Amino acid sequence: MRIVPFLLSAAATVGLVVALETRFEVGGSKTPRLGAFLSPQKGCWQNAEPVNAKFDAQLKDAAVQGNVSVYLDERLVPHIYADQEADAYFAQGYVHAKFRLWQMEFQTHAAAGRLSEIMGVPLAGGTNFLEVDKMFRRLGMGHAAENSLKAMEADPNIKMAMDAYTAGVNAYINSLKPEDYPIEYKLLDYKPEAWSNLKSAYFLKYMSFDLAGGEDDFELTNARNTFTKMQFEKLYPYGYDSLQPIVPGEAFMKAAGINIPTIPANADSAYYTYKAPATALGTVGDSLPKPEKNNGSNNWAVHGSKTQSGRPILCSDPHLSLNLPSIWFEIQISTPQFNAYGASFPGSPNVIIGFNDSCAFGFTNGMRDVRDYYEVQFKDASRTQYWYNGAWTNTEFRVETIQVKDSIAVVDSVAYTVWGPVMYEPAFPDMLGTGKAWAVHWQAHASSNELRTFNRLNHAKNYNDYLDAISTYQTPVQNMVFATKANDIAIRQQGLYPAKWYRQGDFLMPGGDTTYAWQGYIDTSMQPVMHNPERGYVSSANQLPYNYKNYPYYMGGIHALERGYIVNEMLTNMHNITALDMQMMQTDNYDLHARWARPILLKYLTVNDLSVDEKQLVQILTDWNLRCDAGEEGASVFASWWDSLSLVLHGDDLAQTNKPIQQVSRTTMLQNLMNDSTNYMFIDDITTANKVETLQEQVTAAFKKSAPVLLEAAKKQTLAWGKFKVNGVRHILRIPSFGRFNLNAPGTWNAINAYKGYHGPSWRMIVHLTDETEAYGIYPAGQSGNPGSKYYDSFVNDWVAGKYYKLKMLTKQEAANLKDLKGTITISKA
Amino acid sequence: MKFIIAILLTALLGYAAPLFLPWWAFVITSGVVGATIHQQPWKAWLAGFLGMFLLWGIWAYMIDSANEHILSTRVAGLLKLGSGTMLIVVTALVGGLLSSVAALAGSFARKSRS
Repeated sequence: MRIVPFLLSAAATVGLVVALETRFEVGGSKTPRLGAFLSPQKGCWQNAEPVNAKFDAQLKDAAVQGNVSVYLDERLVPHIYADQEADAYFAQGYVHAKFRLWQMEFQTHAAAGRLSEIMGVPLAGGTNFLEVDKMFRRLGMGHAAENSLKAMEADPNIKMAMDAYTAGVNAYINSLKPEDYPIEYKLLDYKPEAWSNLKSAYFLKYMSFDLAGGEDDFELTNARNTFTKMQFEKLYPYGYDSLQPIVPGEAFMKAAGINIPTIPANADSAYYTYKAPATALGTVGDSLPKPEKNNGSNNWAVHGSKTQSGRPILCSDPHLSLNLPSIWFEIQISTPQFNAYGASFPGSPNVIIGFNDSCAFGFTNGMRDVRDYYEVQFKDASRTQYWYNGAWTNTEFRVETIQVKDSIAVVDSVAYTVWGPVMYEPAFPDMLGTGKAWAVHWQAHASSNELRTFNRLNHAKNYNDYLDAISTYQTPVQNMVFATKANDIAIRQQGLYPAKWYRQGDFLMPGGDTTYAWQGYIDTSMQPVMHNPERGYVSSANQLPYNYKNYPYYMGGIHALERGYIVNEMLTNMHNITALDMQMMQTDNYDLHARWARPILLKYLTVNDLSVDEKQLVQILTDWNLRCDAGEEGASVFASWWDSLSLVLHGDDLAQTNKPIQQVSRTTMLQNLMNDSTNYMFIDDITTANKVETLQEQVTAAFKKSAPVLLEAAKKQTLAWGKFKVNGVRHILRIPSFGRFNLNAPGTWNAINAYKGYHGPSWRMIVHLTDETEAYGIYPAGQSGNPGSKYYDSFVNDWVAGKYYKLKMLTKQEAANLKDLKGTITISKA
Repeated sequence: MKFIIAILLTALLGYAAPLFLPWWAFVITSGVVGATIHQQPWKAWLAGFLGMFLLWGIWAYMIDSANEHILSTRVAGLLKLGSGTMLIVVTALVGGLLSSVAALAGSFARKSRS
């Protein structure tokens, strides 16, 4: 033996193994263990799915009762046929896990405040997952999920569905060897854990956070302190004159003898405290994740009286953050009790937005404000008692233990009060740095059984079934559209929402007694259903549901205006409607906002001050057809100029505070300029003491500011809207090469096709309720969550192009005989 | 002939060992091959290298072809390697390099200076 060379080469071997087993920190994240990751036997190569792969499987499981057959069609949509309803949910859980396991677990870890367990201690330049985890836990997500689970498991039908679903997910997880794990597990170096009903509850609470977790109470409170009442009402108005409410008319509001909430007697001095003297500036909190502001959607149904076939057509396109893998998974579930098709949530049983053999159903977000903050005064630093209704009252603690990968656990004791968990306090400061304790009161904390609604809609046969299905639904508030083959169409804003007085909950509220508490809930009679209206259609697009000037309750939240208006304008003018017409409409890029705003820009522009190139830009805008199609340059000029104007008009006013403040929406600016134009009180730049600017000067200045960007884009051939605006679909972990970017896509925030940035129509569905259902749908991702699969992003290009796939509700025989079957999975009792 | 046999044996055992053991278990088998097949150290080193370089390279190449480069392109983007082909090359090099030093150690463990 040659000792020295042997020792050297042996040391090199060990050193290499160790190095290849180590995760290195690079730019805010950690590398995978490179050796394991590159091994063709164990690593990422095992996730490279052959393009001609077949997904056949036979499994036996003690949890199933009868036989299930699952056929995967050419787009990898599973068609499930089960003898027993429970077995169908087992199969749904199994296929969800088979194609989307990593996403299912990651989303529920996020909701549960458990990302540190996977991501570890915050790295320089990376996301601080510990703060994100604390935020979700302090919001009371665990408390909320546990409460909901109790309600869901108390319902035998739902417990049956959840148990079977969970068993199906776990059957798949238990079949995995480490080399089979989705690639994200290998990248982040962890293992899947068992699924549970609680995880499904966490998923649903995540949707509640996304859709009913939005509030701007701190920002609005800051705005209240910065502006006078008159200025505030101009910048943040409640409703607009141009509103087309979901349910028009007002007669119903005056009929019922309902109790109206009373404004607290001391509100003028303690709550409506506009423009108080500025307080000392504190530290401003990190920007924690907030629900996406643009979360919105369209849905509508047209009655047979307006269609060519004489049968209703229902359309639904929820607008959410666009991710790879998608939040949606297409599926058909066929049982002796029902036969449903549509988009499902990986993480939850049943079809969520879809149709069955009798009817179709879709949703848009109600946007109601059901999350408020109350100030809590603790007796001392122990936080064991707080002042409430004239006495020191005991808090309860929920001890949150956050496991941190490769580090010690972090314990965060959250105090629960009568209002809810104390979310912000000096140990977890709010964004305004108030130094006070704020309890969050959120409707999603309540015990409620939302799954029942989807389950019953899957079974629904007629209008009465619809009413029954939605009657128990609480949070997040949704506009639920419905249509049947018997020519019923209907819509209702459904949810449990507090009866609020004007501006209640827009600002932070005193919590020392019941004075500012929610005064009960709005009576069901005040949430009318619109059923087969004369006009022949029902619709919603996140606008206020009723005429806000007459409705006796304050509805709160931020509501859209333009999409609802254009949807109604188009539907009013359409007759002999076909499913193809509805496809054209659902992907329409008409910019109503610009129709109203462009004349203001062109009227007040001082053309004489412009260069030849700049005049060319103005000409492009003048000639623009108001459509945000990918090739339109006018859309880019408009968007850039208009946003620049908002900055010129309001930037100086908002900069009076250096803490987070509510921004002024485009819609508000437009409505104000349409009403006031030259008298609008925010035209003047308050930083120029000796000068009062005119609207002409400001519109021209705004143009001058945006012109260089636009001219640069023109030079680089990127002035066309599809290239000018950011657009893409991102991987959940934001890994660039796992996402799709620069899609050259049409759409804009207020068009029916509300695609901008990384947000937009996450599932487009059209259901024509003829005897044999004619349905179309598409979402911007693919059925497989595996970045190594050809089904990972296979729908994206067609989605950008505005194409649809035929949604095929198949009989078992038809499914079994499909020509291009991608796999058959059979499940039977062990 | 010995050289060829060493390569084939390295590859064969390098495939078999990680079926039951961690991915890096082939360092043991490559070392054993280096020690049992009597060759000059540089030949043992090269055989160890080629055995795993070829195994991992050809294997990754076959997977990648069947996958039409979907995964390799995305992972190459993630690891900033430029192309899926580079990912195959890096994969083969990692396997080959690790195996080669193990084979060399095996060879020195047995051989005395001649």
